[in-house]
Amino acid sequence: MEIKRFLKDICEAPGVSGYEEYVAKVVRAAFCSHVDEVRQDRMGNVVFLKKGSSSAERRPRILLAAHMDEIGLMVTKIEEGGFLRFSAVGGIDPRTIVGQEVILYGREKLPGVIGVKPPHLVPAEELGKGHKMEDLHIDIALTEERVRKLVSVGDLALIRRELIQLAGNTVAAKAMDDRAGVAVLLSCLQELERLRHEADVYAVATVQEEVGVRGAAMATYGIVPDLGIAVDVTHGEMPGVLEHEACKLGKGPGITVGPNIHTKISEEIIRVAKEYRLPYQLEAFPGPTGTDARAIQVTRGGIPTGLLSIPLRYMHTSVELLDMDDLKLSGRLLAYFIASVDLEFVEGLSCC
Amino acid sequence: MLLKRLSEASGASGDEGEVRSLLKEELALHAEEVTTDALGNLYFKKGIGRKPRVMVVAHMDEVGLMVVGYEKSGLLRVAKVGSIDDRVLASKVVAIGKDRVPGVIGAKAVHLQKPDERTKAIKIDNLYIDLGVRSQEEAEKLVKIGDYGTFTVTAREAGDNCLIGKAFDNRAGCAVLAELLKEEFALELNAVFTVQEEVGLRGAGVAAYRLHPDLALVIETTAAADVVGSKESAYVTKLGDGPALTLMDSTYIAPQQIVDLVVETAEKLNIPYQFRRLTTAGTDAGIISQTHAGILSAVISIPCRYIHSPASIINLDDWQNTLRLARGILNAVAEGGLRLEGIA
Repeated sequence: MEIKRFLKDICEAPGVSGYEEYVAKVVRAAFCSHVDEVRQDRMGNVVFLKKGSSSAERRPRILLAAHMDEIGLMVTKIEEGGFLRFSAVGGIDPRTIVGQEVILYGREKLPGVIGVKPPHLVPAEELGKGHKMEDLHIDIALTEERVRKLVSVGDLALIRRELIQLAGNTVAAKAMDDRAGVAVLLSCLQELERLRHEADVYAVATVQEEVGVRGAAMATYGIVPDLGIAVDVTHGEMPGVLEHEACKLGKGPGITVGPNIHTKISEEIIRVAKEYRLPYQLEAFPGPTGTDARAIQVTRGGIPTGLLSIPLRYMHTSVELLDMDDLKLSGRLLAYFIASVDLEFVEGLSCC
Repeated sequence: MLLKRLSEASGASGDEGEVRSLLKEELALHAEEVTTDALGNLYFKKGIGRKPRVMVVAHMDEVGLMVVGYEKSGLLRVAKVGSIDDRVLASKVVAIGKDRVPGVIGAKAVHLQKPDERTKAIKIDNLYIDLGVRSQEEAEKLVKIGDYGTFTVTAREAGDNCLIGKAFDNRAGCAVLAELLKEEFALELNAVFTVQEEVGLRGAGVAAYRLHPDLALVIETTAAADVVGSKESAYVTKLGDGPALTLMDSTYIAPQQIVDLVVETAEKLNIPYQFRRLTTAGTDAGIISQTHAGILSAVISIPCRYIHSPASIINLDDWQNTLRLARGILNAVAEGGLRLEGIA
């Protein structure tokens, strides 16, 4: 399947943290022809196994993790008049959701709008303040009576957004964080079909990353890999963001270094990138990262971990923007890295 | 549905060409004469020479953005065209210029904001349109300084016979006027789609000067603030309660005989109506009523929640009832229901 087409499909699919069933189906359908086994664990992680070429009994086991959950909204109260109060699932800046169209997943899919009290009713000094979540409501333009029949507290809502093709290879959508990572896994699996790789590859679309990197921990526990690579997004350069805090778009994936990352893994990824002349950027992060890598590293007795990131602007808005080239370069780099991994390499990871 | 097509068309103040073309194409066969003027107002005449001569007005323009500069990175600096609350701009999709080049208005990731940053409104000075290019040179190839931008939103049915979309102010009014033009009235009907209302009622004055009608009926869209958190006294209008009659705003006061005519017409025809309960803001009637030696003017409006934002809501019953009321007013006027000479 063409990667951009797949990215559009998964970004537009609903899958708020803890409620990933629908997007999981979309992922399964696209991945299944590239893998030998598929299973879904108790938490909802979808695990795809692509077996290595080695006939040896002991083959390296590589975990690839990209989270398929997305940030969203959850109804907390039905107000008089049928207006809905809500809270965020995951980190949402309330100032970026005012005036957005939403799809409310009640008893049926209901179109709505995120509204606020109009500006003419707000004292002038308040106009300089950003909206808080409690100032906002969802309006589904139904009478309170019908709202109470169709909606209940706990129902989810998502910003309505189709993927937008911008100039060149740039695209924007909701949920690029981290469906772009899931697309990298698919791209990697496609690349692997023409490469010889000794290792068994467990590509996992994880759940509940946005609410505390939960799914990856369970998936890693179940797979017991020799090493794990998380694929996520990272902040792209934009005005107001310091240069060292951000990666450039179109210049290849970020390779993270720091305490969350096993040095031999980052060094090997860099070596492979140089060997195949693939562009990359270094990202220094002085602590546990806010990605699945955070959970993978401390699972069971400790898992050597790496992190590959796609530069992305406007993270956690509905117009998360990235360059498709970065996504494809990430898939390729990951595949060449996997092809380079043998038993000797993974056994060397425990010796420091 | 013409209303949906009108809502989706792009036409910030000064850039009404797309809406004008759409209306011309849709309505040319229904008029005896179609003209435009130097500002871009679009006129349809029907029943030429009949008395009284009535001008029915709806503005075509919408609030939007204008490209005013480039960053070296290729991001675009923008200014607002008309009154938009800066706080609705972040995280939206826009289309720019004649070719409708797509762009997004991003916002700094929540992870990178300092706590005090999060409490402040995101002002337009900190917002950019991102076309997906990597340099100013690439941006210059796609978009010119002065190009207009509007939100990209598909109009869509929602809730109890409602419509979600952009630019209902005042494409909803345009759609009412379009329907009126397809009907027959025993008067000279001048259907005028005006330009530049949102930047200061610029087009309507010119149109009124040229036509010098006996009466102007302005079809508008106005705020409905009937939402949670606002007091009933601040609702302005309520969605679903029918067309709103303006008594007074910042630009105009309704003459008593206009109020009587509209109220009597609504009651006679059993059309729900409400008064617009806000005395600020303005409509084309503000300038029309002060053209020549004064032109008798009336304003009726379709209530709209979240007006001037990318996703506003109107009720289609309100829209239908606005059409019925406008039709009723025209028929009443044709039957001599309005004293057109001076105040007695």
